[in-house]
Formats: sequence, structure tokens, C-alpha cells
Amino acid sequence: MTDSTTHPSPGSGRDDMFQKGDVIIRCTDIFKSYDGRPILKGVSLDVKKGETLVIMGSSGHGKSTLLRLMIGAEKPDSGEIELFGQKITSMAEEELYPIKRRFGVLFQSGALYNSMTVGENISLPLREHTDLDDKIIDIIVKLKLELVGLRDFEHLIPAQLSGGMKKRVGLARAIALDPEIIFYDEPGAGLDPVMLAVIDELITGLGEKLGVASIVVTHEMHSAFRIADRMVLLHGGHILAEGTPDEIRKSDDPVLQQFIQGKAEGPIPLRLSSRDFAEDLLGSE
Amino acid sequence: MLAVLALGRDFVYWLVIAPFKGFKVRFHEAARQAVRIGVNALPIVFLVNFFVGVTLAITVADILRIFGPVEYTGAVMGVGFWRELSPLLTGVVMSGYAGASLAAEIGTMKVGEELMALEASALNPVRFLCVPRLLGVLLMVPVLTLFGNLCGIFGGYLVCTGLLDISPQLFYDRMLDPMKVKDIWVGGGKSVIFGGIVGLVGLGQGMQVRGGAEGVGRATTNAVVYSIIMIIAADCILTVALYF
Repeated sequence: MTDSTTHPSPGSGRDDMFQKGDVIIRCTDIFKSYDGRPILKGVSLDVKKGETLVIMGSSGHGKSTLLRLMIGAEKPDSGEIELFGQKITSMAEEELYPIKRRFGVLFQSGALYNSMTVGENISLPLREHTDLDDKIIDIIVKLKLELVGLRDFEHLIPAQLSGGMKKRVGLARAIALDPEIIFYDEPGAGLDPVMLAVIDELITGLGEKLGVASIVVTHEMHSAFRIADRMVLLHGGHILAEGTPDEIRKSDDPVLQQFIQGKAEGPIPLRLSSRDFAEDLLGSE
Repeated sequence: MLAVLALGRDFVYWLVIAPFKGFKVRFHEAARQAVRIGVNALPIVFLVNFFVGVTLAITVADILRIFGPVEYTGAVMGVGFWRELSPLLTGVVMSGYAGASLAAEIGTMKVGEELMALEASALNPVRFLCVPRLLGVLLMVPVLTLFGNLCGIFGGYLVCTGLLDISPQLFYDRMLDPMKVKDIWVGGGKSVIFGGIVGLVGLGQGMQVRGGAEGVGRATTNAVVYSIIMIIAADCILTVALYF
């Protein structure tokens, strides 16, 4: 037991239990810019308990930024973010800790602790935030590794794993404390189609059976339609479209259709340069 | 510099204030870091201090021979190493060894999103990573300085007894003649301050890394350069303040 507000076992002892369908994350009019360059320009969205929300969008249009804001890694320039009914944007770091113990994050690269073994990576949140016995922790680690199909890899270090395996260990770590929300940053990147299907089933299963809310940032359209209860398309710092997978499929928005069908031609510009090409080549004279 | 000061403030918070709020200091990790940093650096610190001890003894003896009292080489070795050379040499060696290693390690963790993963797991990176490492450096730099002292003086002793025909007893007596208790605590105090500089600058540079592998390389170089400059400047200021 290390930190001040530990709970005896993951998932218990919370006095603000949410029912399936209750809003568990609320973003209201979020603005965020870097070095004067606006990335998010008034984004508002709700996520309900047990729901899988897929956030789509071209690179550089604010998906990962929105994710970092929702996990409290950064603060928005303006707007409000509520997790479990508590406004995290005005919270000090230590006030956020009890909330952070209630969600898990799967980072794009896996973000495993390279100096620790696979088993230690997964057991770290359990050792730091619970007073569970070592034997119980070992059992939980095996259970989580079995879920991602890597039970025999407990004693390896991350350098001995492939990119996809790191991702799976990262997922096992993210679910170590049985979180109520899991954030996934590009869960499909680096995974083979079979493993991607396994991860997709895991995401869906966690939502259906345990009421875990999943926020998935992804480019994998096939996977996105397979897992999503609801989808949003972030474009130009705004939410351009929002709906169920069926509504998104049937939408006649050309930007949305170009994105989900992966077409090179369409309203989403390939070239991001603002200056005229000929002028750039020949000079401004 | 601001990052180093901010890290120093956070270090004091997580070491002194936060334990009262239930955030325990990871002393077992600090001990592991002390062994990792200290034991591996021992041979380098030994060799550097020994070679400088031999060189200094020959240089000083050469000068003293002009005036006659060559046996006072021992006096220069004692005061010189306890008060000045050993803390300085060990500090500089540790800048290159521990400071660079800390900056590269923490910087690589930052680039690999490990620090963000810690934060997302409600674990503060300063408490979890920096405090144990800084405690390890703060403990080991004075210990290494003490051993470095002995090695430097031993180098001078070999020169005096082997080349200058000074008896071991005379070397020992002359070494202690001008030495004051103040010299010992000044040397010890300097080694703690230099350890703090090595740790804070190395960790501070690592925490500030941006831009992938290039950023890690830049932070590592900066950690070594800045901590050497700061150690030499601090040494100069302390010597002027305490002896003039």
C-alpha cells in the first residue's frame, strides 16, 4: 500500500457507482491549442457507462489530444471535462489520483516500463494501489495475461517482445485494476488481423459483461465498425459527425464517406501546405 | 535552470511533505539505485583520484624541492584531497557517469510514453522515479568521494614513500599537520552539494526531453556540461565564502 486513498480490491468501495447508460465522461466545449495553433475548437461529447465510443479522424486533427485531455495528462485551454461526475479540469494532480485509479489507458506504443518484466508491468498498479497479497497479485497477473494470450511471457522484459505483444501486455496492464473506463490509443496499430479481432472481442466483452466504457481512437475502419456503439469523426478541431455505426455508414457527408471508405480523392485535402505550389517553387516575385 | 529548481522543489515536496499525506518514499528503490550508481562508478572514481594523486604529488614535490621541505608534499595531499580535489574530481566523474545515465534513462522513458503511463496510473514520476534516484546519488557521491580521497592520498603516499624516500610515518604526520576538522566537513558538505547538482541536473534534463532520440542525446550532453559547470562554479563560490 503506497498512496493515501487505497482500496482493498480493485473496483470496490466506491460510493458513486454508475448504472449502465449513465453519463460517465462529459466533455463540454473543449478548446486546446499548441504554440498558437488551434487543435480542438469547441468539442463536446458524452460517453455512457458500458458504451464503446470510437473516435475517428485524420492525423493531426486532435484525436490523441482529446484523449490526453480526458485522461488528465493535459488541461484544456477552456471548457470542462467531467469523469465520474467530477470536474477534472479544475483538480490538482493529487485530487485526480482516485479518479485515475478508476480508468486504464492503452497507449499507442504500449508504453511498457522497459526496466520491468511483463509480470511486473502488470502488477505495478496492483502493488501500488491495493494492499492485496503477493500471491493474489500473481494470480491476477496470470488472469490478465491469459486474457491477452501471453500467460507464458510473464518473465520476459519488453525488449524481448514484438510490437504487437507489447500492445497486448499494455492492454493487460490497463485492465489490471478492473477499470470502469478504458482509453485505447490506436489499439490496432502493429497487431495482426487475428489478434486485432481478439482485442476487439475483449473490448466488446468488457463493455457488455462488466459495463466498462471504452473510448477507442482508431484508424482501423473495419475494427471500428465491429466494436463501436457510437462513433464520432473529429475534423478540423470539431466533431463533424456523430452516430451509431449504421447512421455513420448511411451518412451522406462527403468528408465522412471519404474517411470511412479510405478514398484518396475527396474533400479531405492530401496537401496541408497553405502556400500556392507554383509560388513556392518560383518565389513570390 | 528553472527546470532544475522546479525539480528540486518537487523533490523536497515528495520527500518531506507528501509522506505525511500517505505517499511513501520508495527507500528500497533508492537503495537499489545507490548500488546501481555507486558500485559501478567505484573503479572510475578510484582510478581518476589515484592518477591525480600521483601526478599532484610529483608536481608538488618538484616545486617544494626548490625550497627544501619535500616532506610537506603529504600536507598538500591531505588538505588538497579532503577539501578540494576529491569532491571536485568525484563530482565531475559522476556528472559524466551518473548524470548522463539519469538524463538518458528518464529521457528515453519520456519519449517512450512511460512517464505518461505512470501519470495515467496515478503514479507521480517525480515520486516514483526521480526521488529514489536522487537519494541514491545523494548517498553515493559522498561515499565515493570518501573512497576517492583515500585513493588520491594513497597515490601521493606511493610517490612520497617510493620515489622521495619519505617514511610512511612522516608522510602521515605531515598530512595531518595542517588539516582542520573544518576541512573534513567542508569536503563532505561539498560532496553532498555536488551529488545534488549531478542528480537534479541529470534528472531535470531527462524530464524535459522533447523530440525523440535527438532530444535524448541533447539532454544527455546538456546534463554533463551543465552539471560540470555548476559543480566547478559551486566549488569556487564555496571555497571563497568559507576560506576568505
